[in-house]
Amino acid sequence: MTYIKPAFRHPDAQKNSIGFYRKDYEGALSTLCAGCGHDSISSAIIQACFELAIEPHKIAKLSGIGCSSKTPAYYLGQSHGFNTVHGRMPSVATGAYLANRDLKYIGVSGDGDSASIGMGQFVHAIRRNLNVVYIIMNNGCYGLTKGQDSATADAGSMSRKGAPNPFEAIDMPSLALELGATFVGRSFSGDKAQLIPMIKAALSHPGFALLDVISPCVTFNNNKGSTKSYDYTREHIEATGTIDFVPIEQEITVDYKEGSSKEIALHDGSIIELSKLANGFDPTDKLSSILKMHEARTKGQILTGLMYIDPDTKGLHDLLQTSDTPLNTMGADVLNPGQAALAKINSEFR
Amino acid sequence: MKSTDTSNPEYYHKVVDCQYACPAHTPVPEYIRLIAAGKYNEAYMINWESNVFPGVLGRTCDRPCEPACRRGRVEEEPVAICRLKRVAADYKSKEDVGKFIPKGPFPSNGKKVALIGGGPASLTVARDLAPLGYEIHLYDEQIKGGGMMRTQIPSFRLPETVLDEEVNYILEMGIHTHFKTYVSSLKDVLDKGYDAVFVGTGAPKGKDLKLEGREEAGDQIHIGIQWLASVAFGHRTSIGKKVLVIGGGNTAMDCCRTSRRLGGEDVRVVVRSPRNEMKASPWEIEDAEREDIPFYNNHNPKAFLLENGKLVGMRFELVEAVYENGRRKLVPTGEIVDFQADDIIMAVGQENTFPWIERDLGLEFGEWDMPVVDKVTFASTHPKVFFGGDAAFGPENVITAVAHGHQAAISINLRCQGKDLLDRPSPMVNLVNQKMGIHEWIYDSDVTTDLRFKVPHADKALSLSDRKIEVELGFDVEKAFKEAQRCLNCDVQTVFNFDKCIECDACVDICPTTCITFTENGEEEELRTRLNAPANELSQDLLVSMPLPTTRVMIKDENVCLHCGLCAERCPTAAWEMEKFFYKTAKAG
Repeated sequence: MTYIKPAFRHPDAQKNSIGFYRKDYEGALSTLCAGCGHDSISSAIIQACFELAIEPHKIAKLSGIGCSSKTPAYYLGQSHGFNTVHGRMPSVATGAYLANRDLKYIGVSGDGDSASIGMGQFVHAIRRNLNVVYIIMNNGCYGLTKGQDSATADAGSMSRKGAPNPFEAIDMPSLALELGATFVGRSFSGDKAQLIPMIKAALSHPGFALLDVISPCVTFNNNKGSTKSYDYTREHIEATGTIDFVPIEQEITVDYKEGSSKEIALHDGSIIELSKLANGFDPTDKLSSILKMHEARTKGQILTGLMYIDPDTKGLHDLLQTSDTPLNTMGADVLNPGQAALAKINSEFR
Repeated sequence: MKSTDTSNPEYYHKVVDCQYACPAHTPVPEYIRLIAAGKYNEAYMINWESNVFPGVLGRTCDRPCEPACRRGRVEEEPVAICRLKRVAADYKSKEDVGKFIPKGPFPSNGKKVALIGGGPASLTVARDLAPLGYEIHLYDEQIKGGGMMRTQIPSFRLPETVLDEEVNYILEMGIHTHFKTYVSSLKDVLDKGYDAVFVGTGAPKGKDLKLEGREEAGDQIHIGIQWLASVAFGHRTSIGKKVLVIGGGNTAMDCCRTSRRLGGEDVRVVVRSPRNEMKASPWEIEDAEREDIPFYNNHNPKAFLLENGKLVGMRFELVEAVYENGRRKLVPTGEIVDFQADDIIMAVGQENTFPWIERDLGLEFGEWDMPVVDKVTFASTHPKVFFGGDAAFGPENVITAVAHGHQAAISINLRCQGKDLLDRPSPMVNLVNQKMGIHEWIYDSDVTTDLRFKVPHADKALSLSDRKIEVELGFDVEKAFKEAQRCLNCDVQTVFNFDKCIECDACVDICPTTCITFTENGEEEELRTRLNAPANELSQDLLVSMPLPTTRVMIKDENVCLHCGLCAERCPTAAWEMEKFFYKTAKAG
C-alpha cells in the first residue's frame, strides 16, 4: 500500500521568521488525478504562506464544490477551513469575514463553481470588495463529472472527444474588472515563479483580490485542440511583466530600468515590484488594464501577471465602518445590549 | 551540465550508497527486503554469493556500508545493515541453504592453484575457483581454516560454530587442505607446478614497543594478535588481575575484553591519540565500556616499570593534540603518569612480513618491503603469483579481503586461460519496473519513522565468566522486520523518461524532500546553489535530464531521495518510474 507521504523532509529545511517549517503549512496528500494543475496551485499557496510567515491559525481557507474545492484538504492543514455548498463560498466567506476581520481569507473555487452555479455570489463579493483572496482554479471543464465544457472554455476549444465548444467564454478577470474589483491577476499553475509572488501580493491587498489561475485538467482537457492544456497555455502565454513581492521588513535590492518597472506600495507597507512591464502598460490605470486585456484577447494571447490593482482601496469592514475589534471576540453583553438599549434607540426615532 | 548517462550502470550503482560503499558490493537493499519478507535462505544466499561469510560478517564486519547509508542523512542513524545480515545467517535453514551451495566433485579443468594462508581472501578464491574445476591446495600453519577470523576475533564476538560452518561450506567443495604446514619458501610452492599461486597471508606480525624495560619484563608483555591467537587455541587461559592494553584500534578492544574474561579485574585501555581519533569502531568502544573498561587517551608510553626484575607497571607522558594545517601533532605536556600492571598487551598495529618469499623469483618488492601488486588485477610482477587481503596492500578488514579474493580469482581464471587480465567481465545489471497497479508498488514504499533498534546483549556477569559466550544476541524476527523496514530501498531507482514529461510540476510539488527542480541548465557548481533545495552534499550526484520542450531540464539531487515513489505515483505520463536496479559484480568464470 502506498499513498502515504513520508514524514521526513529535507534535513537542511529552514524555518521562516516565526519559527514554522514549510511542512507546517502542508495538508493531506492530494487525491486529485496525477498531474492536476490544482496541486501546483496548492503548493504555491503553501509556499506563499510559509514565506509570508503567517501563523497557520491566522488563515481561513474556504471553498465550494468541485475538484478545485477539494484542494483545501491538501494545504494549510493547521488553518481554519470551510467547505461550503456549490457556488456558495462567497456567502460563507462574507459571514466569516464579518465575524472575524483578523484572519486572512483564502477562497478557492473552480470555473464551474464560480462562473456557473456561483456566478451570482461571485459578482456580489466583488461589488462589496470582500477582503478575500479569490483563486479560481480554471481548467475550462467540469473535471469531477468527466470533463464537460465549462463557462470559461474558449469558443472552439476542443474537448477530449474532439467536439469544439460552440459558446463564448466568460473571461473572469474582465468581468471582475468591470464590476470594480481592486486586484485582478491571472497566472498559470505551471509558473510558480509568477504565481507565488501574486498570491503573496493578493494576501496583502486590503480588498477583493481575484487570481484566475489556468490549471490544466490532465485527465479531460489536456488534449490537442484544447485552449487550457499545458502545451497551449505555454505557447500562448503573455505576461504583463515580471512580478516580485517585497514584504514589509525587507529592503528592496533589485534595480530595474526606468520606464519598464513600477513599484506599488501596499497599505501594510509591503511593496509589489513589477519589472519588464509591457509597453505603455500601467496596472494602476484601469483603462490601461482594460485595453491590455482586450488587446491580448484579440491576439489570441493568454495574458498573465498583475492586470489591475488599486492599492488605496477600502475593504468591506472599512466601507461598513464596523468596529476594529472583531465581532466574534465581543461578549454577548456588548453584541446584545438588551431591552433597555433597544428601547432607547427606538425612542430616538419617535 | 551534460545530461546523465544512466545507461552506465555505475550511475545507479552509486545511488545505492550501501552497496556502492561495500568493497564486495553486496546488494544490501535486496537482502534486507528478503529478510523483511521472512525469506532468510534467499537473503543468506545473496550474501553468501557476494561476501562468502554472512554469519561472520554479520557479527564482525567493519560496516563501511553504514556510514554511507542514506537513512543516516535524513534522520539520526543508518539502518543496522550488519546486524540484519546476521539475522539472515541466524534464521536460515542449514539444510535448505546447503542445497544452493555448490558441492564437489566438479569436473576438472586440469589446472592447479595453490593458496597460501587460510584466511578470508584465500577462502574466497577457493570458493570462486573450485566450482570451475580448479584443483585447489590451501596451505595454512594453523590447525583449521579461517585465518585471522579464527585467531584474532574472540569467540564472544564470533562463535566458533558460526565460523566453522562457513569455512566448511568452502572446504567441502573438495579443497585440498594442508593445515599445520608453514610455507617457508615460495620457490618450493612454484616448483610444485601450480598454474597459479595466491598469497593471502595477511599482516601477521604485531608491532612491539621497544621501550626501556622491554627486554627484562619478558613474558608479562604480550603482542596483541599473537596473544589473541593463543587464547583462541586454548594455549592461554589466564591473565593477571591488573592489565594494561596499549592501543586504540579494534585489536585493543578485543584484547581488553578478552582480558576481562581471563581474570583481568582492573583492565585499562591506554591510547596515545585523543578519543575522537581512535581507530576502533565506535560500537566496539561502546561494547568495551559496557564491560567497565576505562579509556585513558592522550597517554604516550615512555617505559615499562620493573621491580626486582618483574613488571609492575608502565610510565606514560601526557600529550596534547595540536592541529597545524590539518595535520595532527601530539605535543608532550611534561606530565608523567604511572599505571600499575601485572600484564601489558600491545595492540599498536600489525605489519606485513614476507620472509618466506625469495627475492630472486622475479617478484618485485617496492616501498615498505611490500610486493608490487596491481590494484585492479591483484597480479604481482610474477606471472603466476597473485596477492589479496591484508597481504596485498596492508591491514584492512575481512570484507575487503573477500573483495580482493573475488578479483584475484577472476585474474587467475583469465591467466589460466591465457586471456588479458584487464579484459574483466562486466557486472550483471537489471532494471525492473515496480508498478503493480494504481497506488501499488511491488516494493514497500512506505517510509517508517522508527529509530534504529538496538541489538540485545547477554547478561554481563554471565558473559564475562566465559570467553565463549556470545555477547550480542542478534535481533529476533520481530525486531529484524522492524529494522528491515527502516531501509529506504535505494535500489528502487527513480528513472526519468524525459520524452514523456509534460512539465506539470506534480513531482516537484509532491517530493517530500525537495529533490526535484525544473530549471534552466547551467554549470554544476552554480546549478547546485539554485535548486529548490540547494545540493550541498557534493559527493552525491545530480540526475540531469535531456532538455525538455520549454528548454528547461529536470534536475534531481540524489542526496536525500527517500525512494518513496511519490514522484512516480503523481506523474500523469509515467515520465517517472520506479525501477528496481540489481547490480551483481562479476565473479570468476
